Amino acid sequence: MTVPPLVEIKNLHVHFSVYGGQLKVLDGVNFVMRSGEKVGLVGETGCGKTTTMKAILRVLPMPPARIPQGEIYFKGRDILKMSEGELAQIRGRGISMIFQDPTAALNPVFSIGEQLEAVIRYSSDQKKPLSPQEVHQRAIASLQEVALADPERLLRSYPIQLSGGMRQRVCIGMALATGPELLIADEPGTSLDVTIQDQILRLLRKLVEEKNTSIILITHTLGIVREMTDRVYVMYAGNMVEVAATKELFASPQHPYTRGLMDAVPRLTGGGVSDGIPGRIPNYLNPPPGCRFHPRCPQAIEICRREKPPTYKLSEAHEVACFLYADNGKGTQSS
Amino acid sequence: MSADILTVTDLKKYFVIGQSGLLKREPITVKAVDGVSFAVREGETFGLVGESGSGKSTVAYTVVGMYRPTAGTITFRGQNPFANKTRPLALKKEIQIVYQDPGSSLNPRRSIKEIIELPLRIHRPDENRIEQVVRLLEMVELPPDYMYKYPRMLGGGEKQMVAIARALATNPSFVILDEPTSALDVSIQGKIINLLIRLQKEFHLSYLFITHDLSLMRNVASRVAIMYLGKICEVAETAEFFRNPYHPYTQMLLSSIPVVSEEEEKLKPQKIISTGEIPSPVNIPSGCSFHLRCPARMDICSRVDPVMIEVEKGHTVRCHLYARASESIPPSEQ
Repeated sequence: MTVPPLVEIKNLHVHFSVYGGQLKVLDGVNFVMRSGEKVGLVGETGCGKTTTMKAILRVLPMPPARIPQGEIYFKGRDILKMSEGELAQIRGRGISMIFQDPTAALNPVFSIGEQLEAVIRYSSDQKKPLSPQEVHQRAIASLQEVALADPERLLRSYPIQLSGGMRQRVCIGMALATGPELLIADEPGTSLDVTIQDQILRLLRKLVEEKNTSIILITHTLGIVREMTDRVYVMYAGNMVEVAATKELFASPQHPYTRGLMDAVPRLTGGGVSDGIPGRIPNYLNPPPGCRFHPRCPQAIEICRREKPPTYKLSEAHEVACFLYADNGKGTQSS
Repeated sequence: MSADILTVTDLKKYFVIGQSGLLKREPITVKAVDGVSFAVREGETFGLVGESGSGKSTVAYTVVGMYRPTAGTITFRGQNPFANKTRPLALKKEIQIVYQDPGSSLNPRRSIKEIIELPLRIHRPDENRIEQVVRLLEMVELPPDYMYKYPRMLGGGEKQMVAIARALATNPSFVILDEPTSALDVSIQGKIINLLIRLQKEFHLSYLFITHDLSLMRNVASRVAIMYLGKICEVAETAEFFRNPYHPYTQMLLSSIPVVSEEEEKLKPQKIISTGEIPSPVNIPSGCSFHLRCPARMDICSRVDPVMIEVEKGHTVRCHLYARASESIPPSEQ
């Protein structure tokens, strides 16, 4: 038998009830990753990246959120059908998450030690509880792992006493302390300065490779995806519009949105800035029919206004949800 | 070469943030800007790049008149804007600013018309205001009926266009752009940038463009200055700057940028990688403030603060590595 994928999301819809109706945020998201992969998820503000990941961990506030349709599998088990007890296990040792803003992710009124040790205690085998000394030792080890000096002192300090870069290191240490199989990193460097971001990303890559942890890296910066991942999903307005191996995506982006996004990135080599993509992300209360990108798409054709495009396979690993590729044949080859 | 429109000489801006010592008599100061000198030429885009806490916004706010300098001089077209207690209206009109986050720089309770009208009312009271509002909206490529909308009804990019229209309402000659696109998505950024470039040509504007994004800077600025902890460490023409970065901090900054193509990868200095933390501006290291993170540090660096040296024509660096007279030493031969 084949091993089930580490994560598989099938046709996931997430709606939020707000005053005025339903925000139809996720509109049939499909996503697959195998164990050991480094997958990127790129898209602009409000395209549903974080919502998708929160759905995997089932930490979406319900209500207002609602999942009218869809399935999420972690190692072949449907997360949406799990009991709280099973979920706690997955959150404890299966999946960890690093958030964009380490300041908000850490509790300001508890010391680093209290927070880190709580995570370690909670995630360890409940039948054989660790002694306080063991917990302390593990906490120190996880701070050393993220290259923080003087861990004893750090364990006694409070988040406010650390810099942004140090806080993010603590969060990474905390996320990896439980030995997760999957790490979800949601814009891990965005709130930091570029030289500090570079350090954090290099640390993250090193740790993930050492421990062979699978990672989903969420970001809106294409450059980060290029440097950190093997495969990339591009998301727009609640849909996965393109997926490809990282190299291939950067060499030949196919979806008009991906192309627009690539063109819009200012280059170090100069040559001016393109005008970007006209318009803005749709209102989720009343999203456009058909392809959600069609009002902004320079290549939109008649059918785009009426029907939602299926995913066309351009090659083994390259899929694109756009009617322009309808002629390329489904499941056949060529790119 | 065109003349300088703005000259900043040895500008210092310190903020007192508390007291320390016996009987709390010694003030604790943040040296937000500590001896910055540069000149912006007529019609150019002068880029000021730095990480958070480097003092780039303090420079901007001082130039626009929100702060009075602690020391140093600012000269705008031969005049000192701080000569009198209050800045004359005619000078205020010339220097305008666009802020980073249009979500908070536009009053949510005012319509777009009221927002754009305010500078008109103060600086150009005799003109037909509606006509001017329409003209300004057209200038930033927004339809005239937008004047009846409120900021919350607009997208981030459109809000920033309104902020630009407001800055241009006084018909300024010098505009400070304080991270005008960093709150926006990359697909929207391009439109704003190209609009700014077009307006610059049309109205012969000079820009002081502040950003932390070097890739963006490469595409908009004619000259670039890099700031670190309140001081400028390198100034050069943009093309030269990216071809030949001298200062170790500049090299570190360039090597840290995530890029999207192989060609760009080749431009990044390979030998240097980012280390260390940015020190707190309250407690700036002695000597060269970068020495704790510098891979090329020497004995002298922790003791003596280096001075600006011209390494090539128009390219100045503040680093002891290049102190051996002003002969040019390409970074590759260090």
